[in-house]
Amino acid sequence: MRSDPVVQVQALVKRYGAKTAVDGLDLVAREGVTAVLGPNGAGKTTTVETCEGYRKPDSGTVRVLGLDPVGQSRDLRPRIGVMLQSGGVYSGSRADEMLRHVAKLHAHPLDVDALIERLGLGSCGRTTYRRLSGGQQQRLALAMAVVGRPELVFLDEPTAGLDPQARRATWDLIRDLRTDGVSVILTTHYMDEAEQLADDVAIIDAGRVIAQGSPEELCRGGAENTLRFSGRPGLDVGSLLKALPADCSAAELTPGSYRVVGKIDPQLLATVTSWCAQHGVMPEKISVERHTLEDVFLELTGKELRS
Amino acid sequence: MTATGTGMYTPKPGAAPLPRMIAAQAALETKMLLRNGEQLLLTVVIPTLLLVLFSTVDIVDTGAGEAVDFLTPGILALAVMSTAFTGQAIATGFERRYGVLKRLASSPLPRWGLMTAKTLSVLVTEVLQVVLLTVIAFALGWSPQGNPFAVLLLLVLGTAAFSGLGLLMAGTLKAEATLAAANLVFLLLLVGGGVIVPLDKFPSAAQDLLDLLPISALSGGLRDVLQQGAGMPWADLGILGVWAVVGLAAAGRFFRWE
Repeated sequence: MRSDPVVQVQALVKRYGAKTAVDGLDLVAREGVTAVLGPNGAGKTTTVETCEGYRKPDSGTVRVLGLDPVGQSRDLRPRIGVMLQSGGVYSGSRADEMLRHVAKLHAHPLDVDALIERLGLGSCGRTTYRRLSGGQQQRLALAMAVVGRPELVFLDEPTAGLDPQARRATWDLIRDLRTDGVSVILTTHYMDEAEQLADDVAIIDAGRVIAQGSPEELCRGGAENTLRFSGRPGLDVGSLLKALPADCSAAELTPGSYRVVGKIDPQLLATVTSWCAQHGVMPEKISVERHTLEDVFLELTGKELRS
Repeated sequence: MTATGTGMYTPKPGAAPLPRMIAAQAALETKMLLRNGEQLLLTVVIPTLLLVLFSTVDIVDTGAGEAVDFLTPGILALAVMSTAFTGQAIATGFERRYGVLKRLASSPLPRWGLMTAKTLSVLVTEVLQVVLLTVIAFALGWSPQGNPFAVLLLLVLGTAAFSGLGLLMAGTLKAEATLAAANLVFLLLLVGGGVIVPLDKFPSAAQDLLDLLPISALSGGLRDVLQQGAGMPWADLGILGVWAVVGLAAAGRFFRWE
């Protein structure tokens, strides 16, 4: 199942004038769904567009399905599906007209009517592209990416600006693609989307991959977790801290509300509860919070705003 | 409702045969053009109105002979310019702006296939224009002379020259700039290219320069053949040939897809 990589990027460098957008990036994506996360300007779109054959690397190598996206583009293009972040459709064309057209460029396209029904595009009727809602435009772009029955699809922020229903429909489609053996490279700003869909997550910052792994691995590895409990106000936090392992911290956030941050394992939980027992404290509302992908992301890429 | 595990999406990639892709692309491009109101105004309404108006109302002194015999070759040249240059430049400029060219570049259709389809779409539109304008001209009493092959050659070379210039503009300027510039050039060449105003109305120094414009070569060449019954208008064909080579080469060199 997890055989040859579908995308293999080695030491990719891409500059625009003096600005280095991608700075020696390595990325391997295997079958399944790979989510590429990163702050704005991190180099996500440049990396993906290099894989799609739109940009020529300044240095480094890129292989998609074993092919060079620039030099072997003729062989590669029928095998991939591309969803751009926006646009890509004649402003005067109707949704079904454009989808049927893209289908005609492929040898064994999907049944267009079934796909239209599946993505709820039937209601677009005779409306031209420029008058479709943002959500309809997004779903049409998604349909165009999959209609040619590709082996690999690139989806650039497929659910940006969608309402919850349309977002669910898109997620369901991505899950079905995966089940049927289509690999997906997904860029997104939604951490829950990556957590829900991705087998593998790559976090890009400043033109490099700074972390990669399954969502579980990323949330577990290195990242600190949190334990919260309530008790009577004014407990001796210093004494609690002495009972805890050295790399933990503890604080009373608001009167009677306590937080322990560190590597939370069963042993630590036992330590906290036995400390409470020694001090005659009944810990209420005790809870352990696993770090979300968003916490990991912010930890790795910082909290300051990007361009 | 969900089709999980039905195998509906099981990969089965492949490009359609090239002729089918190009035919589909040309059909879509033509449909988009014929559906666009501004494009129809430019390619159908304006040439038709000018032909009817100036043939029936004596506004411009078109020299000896019937006005319609002078005007029809000029209007045919205008029709070619409106489709191959103005219309194609504006449409392609906005396709570039809205990512249509980018999206198609990752489809199985090769770039040269897209360009072939665009040319086919321009030619189909021109055939429709020529048929319509010819019918109207005959109704107005037009009596054409000359060699149909020379006319065809002029129209084809004119199309090549204007396509090169239109694509050069669409592939280098912003869409809004292309829109403005293409319309402005259309208007200027309509007045200064011998379409309805004979070039000998201009001062002779200006005339020498205006003669070198592709629209003057096309309208002048068509007029020599259709009105005067001349043989091959080699000088005009030569001017159009140079514009075609320079325009297409520059478009090929400088066209940017995004």
